[in-house]
Amino acid sequence: MKNSRRRFLQIAGVSALGLGAKPMLNAFAAGGGEGPGYHVATGEDALTAKQWAMVIDTRKLQTAEALEPIVEACNKIHNIPTAIENKNHEIKWIWETHYHNAFTDKTNNFLNEKVAHRPFLLLCNHCENPPCVQACPTKATFKRESDGIVLMDFHRCIGCRFCMAACPFGARSFNFRDPHPFIEENNKEFPTRMKGVVEKCNFCAERLAVGKMPACVEASKGAIAFGDLYDEHSEVRELLKENYTIRRKQTLGTEPSVYYIV
Amino acid sequence: MLELAVKGNKWYWGWLVVLLGVIGAGFGLYLMQLKFGLGITGMSRDVSWGFYIANFTYLVGVAAGGVMVVLPYYLHDYKAYGKITILGEFLAIAAIVMCLLFIMVDLGQPMRALNVLLYPTTNSVLFYDAIVLNGYLFLNLVIGWNVLEAERNGVHYQRWLKPLIYISIPWAVSIHTVTAFLYCGLPGRHFWLTAILAPRFLASAFAAGPALLILLCLFIRRFTNFDPGKEQIQSLAKTVAYAITINVFFLLCEVFVAFYSQIPGHTTHLNYLFVGLHGHGALVPWMWGSMILMATGIVLTVTPATRKNETSLMIACIVIIMGTWIDKGLGMISGGFVPNPMHEVNEYAPTMPEIGITLGVYAVGALVLTVLYKMAVGVKEEVHG
Repeated sequence: MKNSRRRFLQIAGVSALGLGAKPMLNAFAAGGGEGPGYHVATGEDALTAKQWAMVIDTRKLQTAEALEPIVEACNKIHNIPTAIENKNHEIKWIWETHYHNAFTDKTNNFLNEKVAHRPFLLLCNHCENPPCVQACPTKATFKRESDGIVLMDFHRCIGCRFCMAACPFGARSFNFRDPHPFIEENNKEFPTRMKGVVEKCNFCAERLAVGKMPACVEASKGAIAFGDLYDEHSEVRELLKENYTIRRKQTLGTEPSVYYIV
Repeated sequence: MLELAVKGNKWYWGWLVVLLGVIGAGFGLYLMQLKFGLGITGMSRDVSWGFYIANFTYLVGVAAGGVMVVLPYYLHDYKAYGKITILGEFLAIAAIVMCLLFIMVDLGQPMRALNVLLYPTTNSVLFYDAIVLNGYLFLNLVIGWNVLEAERNGVHYQRWLKPLIYISIPWAVSIHTVTAFLYCGLPGRHFWLTAILAPRFLASAFAAGPALLILLCLFIRRFTNFDPGKEQIQSLAKTVAYAITINVFFLLCEVFVAFYSQIPGHTTHLNYLFVGLHGHGALVPWMWGSMILMATGIVLTVTPATRKNETSLMIACIVIIMGTWIDKGLGMISGGFVPNPMHEVNEYAPTMPEIGITLGVYAVGALVLTVLYKMAVGVKEEVHG
């Protein structure tokens, strides 16, 4: 009797191990390069690219007033809980800062005054080599192979915040509390998030899918260009050809896809 | 052997009741955190890991420290340690249980924790950390339990345990190496971006783990009929002396590289920790306190007279545990996040609920350790007593 019970427990234990091992084996077999098993539905008018990129012409955005409608457009359509007062719990997808905060490795003691006083827009860089994707233990954040956007699956994220430690740009926010009471106007077209998950700019993947440009690009009245980095005739490539541009912390090798004309 | 854990005097049961009380309080606070979110902690958008992950990191070290008795006994056939290897293994079990709990309480969506296994991601260090930590827990449970049972029955432990014992030695090194890799592989976090992080973690682990083990041995000798042995304690003390010295040496290597090269990315975090940055210096007294504690620990353990005197050795172990905890627990995690990637300074301090939950986790560890040690000491009393 005792022996058979022990035997049963042994077999049950080994079986449980076997069940647990299956997804692991799958992962090693797949090499880990696959994204999660879901996709953003795309319409016939969907805009496509090999790697979406953004060029921000900061010369056309000299004041905080000029940036305000851009940030607001994003906040509004993405249900950003802007009414959170505690700075520690802030959710930011796109926000403004000073030159020396944006370009920490490109500051001079004696900087062009116009640049020093100009506000700069910060957002997720949708790196070609994103450290946050490398860090994520569940593929909840992943680089979409079709167009290079770094996306988040809010339903898979376990809230370990490894991606926040990995991001060298401070682009990620964590829902330290339920965001719903702090959303000023609820946009029913875009999902709200729950407490305990990380979120960030998604390059408006949901708008690209229906043929629209990102909200910030639309609101910028021509100051922000958006296009395919690997299409030499795209607007962003034309701008990169004609203007001297800089990127944030490019020495780290993450290859940010957001360029700034200063 | 479990029956040994349910026989005890009123002090034993009183202690367990106290621990259960602390665990209950901690669990209540955790329910609050589950309901409200991690916003009840002091963590922020900038300092996105805090007290939980800091204590996790420290305890991985304590767990790895157990190998400092296992290795000399099994690899060098240092017979004296045969008496206390079980104490090292059981300490490792309690420490790993706490590590896993700290990870759980730190998750924003703990009910999704199994996603790590459901969607295994081989490029994430966290995936490997989950494997090595659970593996180490499993190894120590199997080895500790079976070796103790064999000792009780007066027979040699099973032959198939031998390979597991050998595997457990590099495995102990791996748990703290992989834990260091969580931090030191991240671009843009210059404080952690150093190849010496894993060695530094190991050095502090091999000081803190054995130091705690010495205190536990002294306690066991005082309050039970089992004497872990003078020679054993003295050998552990020498390990502590070397490890704490190497730990401080590694730290000084970091300081040299940062301040001789004068590269701001490297100096700024050390400046924040030791002199403050832009008027923010909450950790400055703690860090200097840690330096004084570790220096005192070095003097007391390296000097033969104070090492051989068990009272001063006990003090040395306490200051080393405190010093390394501040260095690794408080400074290492906060220091890496302040200033943030935009060079803004946003400081971190744990909140009361956060400290309460942390104490709850420590109480679970103490409970596991108490029960395991009760069994181990019970067997030793039977066999040697």
